[in-house]
Amino acid sequence: MSYFSTLAPAYAEIFLLVMACIILIVDLFVADRQKSATYLLVQLTLVGLALITVYTYQPGIAHLFKNMFVDDLMSDVLKMLSYISVSMILVYSRSYLLARGLFTGEFMVLTLFALLGMMVMISASHFLSMYIGLELMSLSLYAMVALQRDSAVATEAAMKYFILGALASGLLLYGMSMLYGATGTLDVNAVAAAIKHGVANPNLLVFGLVFVVAGLAFKLGAVPFHMWVPDVYQGAPTSVVMLIGSATKLAAFAFVMRLLVDGLQQLMIHWSGMLVILAVLSMAVGNISAIAQTNFKRMLAYSSIAHMGFFLLGVLSGGIDGYGASMFYIVIYALMSLGAFGMITMLSREGYEADTLDAFKGLNQRSPWLAFMMLLLMFSMAGVPPTAGFYAKFSVLEAIINTGHIEIAIIAVLFSLIGAYYYLRIVKLMYFDAPESHEPIRIQPDSGLLISFNGLAVLALGIMPGWLMTVCAMAVQKSLLLH
Amino acid sequence: MIFGFPLLSVAIWLPIFFGVLVLATGHDRNAPIARMIALVGAVLGFLVTLPLYTGFDKMISAMQFEEMYVWIPHFNINYHLGIDGISVLFILLNSFFTPLVVLAGWKVIEKRVAQYMAAFLIMSGIVNGVFASLDAMLFYVFWEAMLIPMFLIIGVWGGANRVYAAVKFFLYTLLGSLLMLIAFIYLYRQSGVVLGTGSFSILDYHALPIPRVEQILIFIAFFMAFAVKVPMFPVHTWLPDAHVEAPTGGSVVLAAIMLKVGAYGFLRFSMPIAPDASHELAWVMITLSLIAVVYIGLVALMQSDMKKLVAYSSISHMGFVTLGFFIFNAYGIEGGLLQMISHGFVSGAMFLGIGVMYDRVHSRQIADYGGVAHKMPVFAAFFVLFAMANSGLPGTSGFVGEFLVIMGAVKVNFWYALLAATTLIFGAAYTLWMVKRVFFGAISNEHVAHLSDITLREKIIFSILAVCVLGMGVYPLPFGEMMHASVNNLIVHLGNSKL
Repeated sequence: MSYFSTLAPAYAEIFLLVMACIILIVDLFVADRQKSATYLLVQLTLVGLALITVYTYQPGIAHLFKNMFVDDLMSDVLKMLSYISVSMILVYSRSYLLARGLFTGEFMVLTLFALLGMMVMISASHFLSMYIGLELMSLSLYAMVALQRDSAVATEAAMKYFILGALASGLLLYGMSMLYGATGTLDVNAVAAAIKHGVANPNLLVFGLVFVVAGLAFKLGAVPFHMWVPDVYQGAPTSVVMLIGSATKLAAFAFVMRLLVDGLQQLMIHWSGMLVILAVLSMAVGNISAIAQTNFKRMLAYSSIAHMGFFLLGVLSGGIDGYGASMFYIVIYALMSLGAFGMITMLSREGYEADTLDAFKGLNQRSPWLAFMMLLLMFSMAGVPPTAGFYAKFSVLEAIINTGHIEIAIIAVLFSLIGAYYYLRIVKLMYFDAPESHEPIRIQPDSGLLISFNGLAVLALGIMPGWLMTVCAMAVQKSLLLH
Repeated sequence: MIFGFPLLSVAIWLPIFFGVLVLATGHDRNAPIARMIALVGAVLGFLVTLPLYTGFDKMISAMQFEEMYVWIPHFNINYHLGIDGISVLFILLNSFFTPLVVLAGWKVIEKRVAQYMAAFLIMSGIVNGVFASLDAMLFYVFWEAMLIPMFLIIGVWGGANRVYAAVKFFLYTLLGSLLMLIAFIYLYRQSGVVLGTGSFSILDYHALPIPRVEQILIFIAFFMAFAVKVPMFPVHTWLPDAHVEAPTGGSVVLAAIMLKVGAYGFLRFSMPIAPDASHELAWVMITLSLIAVVYIGLVALMQSDMKKLVAYSSISHMGFVTLGFFIFNAYGIEGGLLQMISHGFVSGAMFLGIGVMYDRVHSRQIADYGGVAHKMPVFAAFFVLFAMANSGLPGTSGFVGEFLVIMGAVKVNFWYALLAATTLIFGAAYTLWMVKRVFFGAISNEHVAHLSDITLREKIIFSILAVCVLGMGVYPLPFGEMMHASVNNLIVHLGNSKL
């Protein structure tokens, strides 16, 4: 009993693992027509997870499993947000998946395993647990991208994702092994201590750091390691892209924080220089390439590359300000990207994928409310107040200017000006153009409610962003050990 | 604050609330209801701003009707509102125009009526927010939010080339504002160094010492934002496009209100925050202003499209305003402010007049008209009055501001005044020549022959504007006395170096 209660910080992960296995078995006995039962079970699991995370909340930082696992405010906040995003993804994709015959137990169980991987990533404070979390998430995602077996595009996307993802994991592992060689430990905090006390070989450390940063950049999809992003976004089923584009970014944020800040803070002078290049290139390539796209999902892929560039600016600014700003940025980005992909699933029908820009033509005449929600999401992505996206950009810019690098801030705003053009084009298509088809848009009540919530949340957070900023700043302040 | 009642918040949020209400009527089936709600909202929105005039203390230069609540504690950003003699008249002007715009679009707008009316109401609230904000971030949020309804107004209800105009308008103004945002964040950081805690309060910025080079950079960043909006000479090219393609209401709001926020920005931000840079770069501003007055005046002469002509005339008149500001004396600044108010009335009236003709003939080309006065005598009388005001005839509002600015310019440099005074010739030339070709002479074609005179609704709109134009021209004191204290305070402030 006493041992069991010491596991409290990890109850959520344990519960999820058990539930995922149970659902896997239960699903075998559920007829194909009654997959809603599995769906409900998954949603209940997510509610259970949220309750567990709330009830096991404790102030302070708890380490578990010989420092492999850490539970702090940042991990709690990010996990809660991950549950919410996964739950939203399932609501958005239910009818989309049903229409494509993908509404299966496999999809839902794989989603849960991917979530488990993310949770492990969020709470990992050891190279081993980090890697296990990352691989659990990635493997589930590879399978999910390939779920649509009869689609050549999806298979190609899965293949690319898998090969490049494996390469990235290899790079990351190689870098970690060098850090291990230099410091003699895999524990993130011990690595930090070893570097601080100068017992590690600095050349080996920096060499390892290069590989680690390259691996991270691959996973985040930052230029020049971004090649997989557009193909995967375009090829994979929208529900899976939604997961890749929102929840995994939250986990990636925690991963970056644990690795670069908790572990390698002493090497900041090295990694922040690398991140500047990654960030500026990402903003440039992402924003400029997005203009040329005619496929909406591909455009969002380039937009995500550009957003990751902006996000990295917050990380490289450092300090509570910078990390808080990047956390705020990633949370807002996840919310916007859920809405944008959610919109695709709502406009899609059986045998019709609304993934071209033309699908948005004249949306204001077909459904003014959906068009208005999309308008909010697009202006938010472009960073125009009064939407949440503006404050995300603002807080990152504030952090970067605080470090004295006004020139980077000017580059960032110039690229976001270029970015504004292609978001504006969506608004133009919806409001200024005539619709291509007058097919009525059939919206399920649950997803209709959710998209309204999503769009209005972007507006509400734009009018009242203060509390979320404070939460993010507190989470970072209470969780990261800024040496 | 009288009665402790949050007048400014009401002036901002009441139109926005009614805008949402109008939006809720939805489909074009409910267009009559949408129109009624919009009119009620616009009129109420104007009425609630009247106490700002009556309750305003003309003797003091400090901010009045202040409201302050914590908004984003993480960055020390507050919901801080207040007005002084410089901003109060613009809130009134803006709220005054909203009902007129609603009335002007009453019959003409037939598709998506609710969205049209809502866009104008929401915009009206946002613009009041721009003028009333005393917190730089609050100002910035309103400033940028203004773009969204205007983008839709031009893009959805505009003319043939509307998409190009809308996108150009949006991107041009966004570029300027983003650099302003960087300037604000820099000032936040600088205020953290000087005051201990970072601040976004505009009044704190006014007192903040800033080194010379930084002042110049800040001035340039602000210049990018405000000069685009004014618009000043090299960055004015979006305006003729936007004006020509916008629906009548959009043109009116652009000319009467939107152009004013740029000039207001110079007075509220550029000059008091970077006074040394303002003095140092005044020659640039004066040169650009004079180019606008003379060169754009000549460009206006060549236009064959009436809306384009008035658009260029606006740029030329706004050149007068910025000239007045950057000669740094009371005549100049007050003259510039009065010119802004007058230009609001006159250009608004001109665009409404062109809208009246466009609704009937569906052409903006001067060549398509001729002899309109024979068929529309009442309308012609009104239009000629506004045209006279546009060319600065004494006794109309157009004269007051121009006269004061020229007086101020003479005190600084005779040649400035001489060049500025050419506007009285060019202005008269392009305006009256257009009037001659459109209204007088023989009836030129079928369309004109079938014209009918303006309706009661249109007569009401034009009568109100005519009263304003004549009233301000004959007795400008009620406008001028509001701003004396604040303008004098600004001039004293500008005299002190911040280095």
